[in-house]
Amino acid sequence: MKLSISKIIIFCFVAFSLFVFWKGLKKDNNYDTTELIGSKISNFQLIGINNDDRYISQEDLKKNKFTLINFFASWCAPCRAEHKYLLNLSDKKIKIIGINFKDKKNNAMNFLKELGDPYDFVGKDSNGKISILFGVYGIPESILLNSDLIVIKKIVGPIDQIQYDEILKLAQ
Amino acid sequence: MKIKFFLFIIYISIITPMHSSDNQTKLLNVYKNLRCLVCQGQSIADSNSDFAATIKLVVQDQFDDGKTEEEVYNFLISKYGEWIVYQPTFNKNNLLLWILPYIALIFGGFIILLIVRKTKHNKVN
Repeated sequence: MKLSISKIIIFCFVAFSLFVFWKGLKKDNNYDTTELIGSKISNFQLIGINNDDRYISQEDLKKNKFTLINFFASWCAPCRAEHKYLLNLSDKKIKIIGINFKDKKNNAMNFLKELGDPYDFVGKDSNGKISILFGVYGIPESILLNSDLIVIKKIVGPIDQIQYDEILKLAQ
Repeated sequence: MKIKFFLFIIYISIITPMHSSDNQTKLLNVYKNLRCLVCQGQSIADSNSDFAATIKLVVQDQFDDGKTEEEVYNFLISKYGEWIVYQPTFNKNNLLLWILPYIALIFGGFIILLIVRKTKHNKVN
């Protein structure tokens, strides 16, 4: 049977379209932060939760070999679940900066009093704008940085045993 | 003096709302092109989520600081990746996405041409 050019072209086009649809169906449409690994964080200035004169910036983080930045709030249930891991990481001498996200100061202080304070510094992000600088879209979220301020790990959601082990391994 | 004052009031009452309306339109266009990451399927303009509210504040701030639309997109892409914009920027990874409609158009035209030529040929014979 002799095939005409137009039939071959139509067949190729249909096959190609089906291939594209198939690839599209297989693609995960959930937001993924993996492409942010390796990027450098922006300059920032984080004011202390006590509203005093204390603040930290990117320059302070450069002094640490590794820094874990953790976004938390007293109203966030998963933040409670991950807190024991943060306390353990703090015991392992990992510098942790807590950023209290859209929370009331008293509630945040009570939260830390009740569960323990693993943070070397607690800053406040009352309106959430700081969280955008760190590419955060929900809490809890944690970002592990090296001294060059490069993101080496980003954890969306609470830290669990697997994430905890991975942080320890990366921060060795 | 009274005329000058009168003209000034007219200028303020006409130009200021126009300027404000332009800014609102510009902001709305940007919000519409940004994807809400916590309520997928909705743009920042449509979403009432906490995340969308914060992004709106940040975009507003950036425009107030004199940043251009492109700079605002680039900033958000650097924080959340290309996924945050509905209209991705042109790069080697999405080259096919941009050129595929044109390829399809050329193919379609070529097929129509072949069919027309074949029909004419059959009619002549």
